[in-house]
Amino acid sequence: MSCYLTTGKHMSMYYAVGTVLLLLAITAPTALAFGFAGASAARSDFAPLRWIGKTYVAVVRGIPDIAFFLFFVIALDQAFEYIRHRIKCPDWTEPVRQGNDFVVCTAAKLPLGNSPQWVHETYGFMLAVLTFAIVFGAFAANVLFGAMRAVPRGQLETAEAYGMSRRQTFWRVLVPQMWVYALPGLSNLWMVLIKATPLLFLLGVEDIVYWARELGGAKQPQFTDYPHGDWRMWYFLALLVFYLCFTKVSEVVLDRIMAKLTHGQATAAGEAQRKAAA
Amino acid sequence: MSCWETIADYALRSQGIGERLLPRSDFTLCQQFTLIGSGMIWNIYFGLVALVAGFFLATAVAMGKAARSPFLRKPAEWFIFVFRGSPLFIQFFFAYFLFLSLKGSYPIFSPLTSAWAGALVVLFLNTAAYTGEIFYGALQSIPKGDTEAADAYGLSGWNRFRRVIFPTMLRLAWPGYTNEAIFLFHATTLVFFSGFPATQQRGDALYYANYFADKTFNPFIPYPILAFYFILLTLVVIGVFGIINARLNRHLPQDRRRALKVRPQIIR
Repeated sequence: MSCYLTTGKHMSMYYAVGTVLLLLAITAPTALAFGFAGASAARSDFAPLRWIGKTYVAVVRGIPDIAFFLFFVIALDQAFEYIRHRIKCPDWTEPVRQGNDFVVCTAAKLPLGNSPQWVHETYGFMLAVLTFAIVFGAFAANVLFGAMRAVPRGQLETAEAYGMSRRQTFWRVLVPQMWVYALPGLSNLWMVLIKATPLLFLLGVEDIVYWARELGGAKQPQFTDYPHGDWRMWYFLALLVFYLCFTKVSEVVLDRIMAKLTHGQATAAGEAQRKAAA
Repeated sequence: MSCWETIADYALRSQGIGERLLPRSDFTLCQQFTLIGSGMIWNIYFGLVALVAGFFLATAVAMGKAARSPFLRKPAEWFIFVFRGSPLFIQFFFAYFLFLSLKGSYPIFSPLTSAWAGALVVLFLNTAAYTGEIFYGALQSIPKGDTEAADAYGLSGWNRFRRVIFPTMLRLAWPGYTNEAIFLFHATTLVFFSGFPATQQRGDALYYANYFADKTFNPFIPYPILAFYFILLTLVVIGVFGIINARLNRHLPQDRRRALKVRPQIIR
């Protein structure tokens, strides 16, 4: 059994778990940054910037996100290749879209045709991360926008009364205070992000779903390396349990962070905490 | 080929009626609109049936979770935790392979390996869990005065539930439930990407949109069409739920009626 669980392909599967964790580790801050930019844009005084921010938030909600995942991967890929195409091959005259084909010159291909396998994989992974960041950035922008508006007006007025400029008010008063209002929404988003990671499979990254299908399956029983029948059910059961544990742990940790952040805040929960201690 | 012929050929393609072969080259806008729209039949079917059936189980689960007896409460809590704590995508995969191996031992289960029944079961249980949690929250926030009034009138048991608790719970839960409904319709797009086979290329809207994007290498046409259909569907859902919301709140004075606030989206 222990021998079975340590075959090369099983190692790849454990490695894929790492990929998922890596995705979470990169995406969460990136999405937060996107969300912060979006929320700041949406409350900007400069109208076009405000429109961009609001459209960004509005478009991504209301459409199944899996459609976005499928859309952005191709769209981003083509956008990058098109930009490189314009820079690297300026004297190319044929149109890029020829009927059903998307053609760019060989020098503009991403990744280059002759690059090694790992570059291809990393490029696919980066596209996936960017897609996740764009989609979840919109959700985060929505949460942060709400949180910025939830900061009591009096706090901002006090800052103005002290003679702070708009920029100073934003960075020194609004931003430090908004997190406690944003955290419930953000922790919800984190849960959703965890639960969205299996969609990596659809983006063509060899993630745990891919390996669970691959390893559990016995497509051609006579050739299979594994002396068992169709075990995919058990592999997916394991994945299910993995995700359940993951969400449970996150829940506990986020509750702790919330308790920390609430400490000393002028909210109902903060008041309750103060009374419980007294 | 005119657009009307295309519609005649492909409007019911997702149900296996009409032209057998999907278009292979020279894709027209009309073909894309028709086929993706045809796929929407599946999304509406999955969403609607799961929603209606899930409503009843959700009420039961919510009552179970609010029950005092641990024999009722624990199973309800676990049910909600398992379905809300894991990705729907993995649930689909697991259910599909579970049904496959069940089919191996008991042939009765063979319909469950096809999407129309198997995926429906998963969506039904999933939405029941999410809705159950929403209903549970609503149950917890029923004003104390309402139940006390019911007690004062001598209502108990079934009458108390039917006349006081259930309507109040529904009214409180309705905005959240609207989001859940929208959410569920969006989740139906996962079905054909998660193991359940699309026999003879009878798939849902996203299946066809993906087909066109794969064939044309141009995501800029099929996905916006899909988005258009889904925004339309979302608006219909909001409209219908808004009407029901107005009816649920019809006894309240005008200014205390809460307008429906919809904050859809976010994957499960």
